Amino acid sequence: MNPDFSGPDAWIDTLSAVFMVVGAIMSLGAAIGLLRFPDLLSRMHAATKPQVLGLFLLLAAIGLQLRTWWVWPVLAVAWIFQLLTVPVSAHMVGRAGYRTKHLHRELLTADELEAVVQKAAAEAALKDDPGGGR
Amino acid sequence: MHVVLAVTAVIFSLAAAGAIIRIARGPSLLDRVLAADVLLAILGGALCVDMAVNRHLNNLMLVVAISIIGFIGSVTVARFVADRRVKPNES
Repeated sequence: MNPDFSGPDAWIDTLSAVFMVVGAIMSLGAAIGLLRFPDLLSRMHAATKPQVLGLFLLLAAIGLQLRTWWVWPVLAVAWIFQLLTVPVSAHMVGRAGYRTKHLHRELLTADELEAVVQKAAAEAALKDDPGGGR
Repeated sequence: MHVVLAVTAVIFSLAAAGAIIRIARGPSLLDRVLAADVLLAILGGALCVDMAVNRHLNNLMLVVAISIIGFIGSVTVARFVADRRVKPNES
């Protein structure tokens, strides 16, 4: 990197370098969270850092480094695609983790799904009782 | 710019090592799936840093394809886990 900060070029380089380092630290934070958090749901909290904010910072660094305007829509499409797919897969993994009881129930502050599960189980038992079998 | 490349290479290597350790000793299948998803995100981030430092766009479709692979893998494994380990008598 050139040391003179007279024009905007060096500032753009510095900003993109900061974006790249922070985006890399996001994935390091995800790895530390995966190693240190106790159960699946809190590990899912740590795992979303490089997928959304880290990818945003790195794509912004690409756009700053290339210095052309037409790459920004392409990078935005890549990021929006990631934003659309990540919540769906996180929802599926979290629901499967709840069903197979991969969570520490004493760490939860609120469990809004338990009332729904109890009600569905009661309705299923009521339906099973007179008929015998579904 | 090469200093940034070296620093991010070290950070990404440590992050990938942590994700691989969690894949190796994760107590359940869902932990391993989550760690594999993080490993794919780390790989995509490393490709982005390569594109930004060398100023090209050759890997952008590869980054999008990696996110597709992570999505399909997570959803598929979550469906199989939910189907296999559900118990009918527990509420």
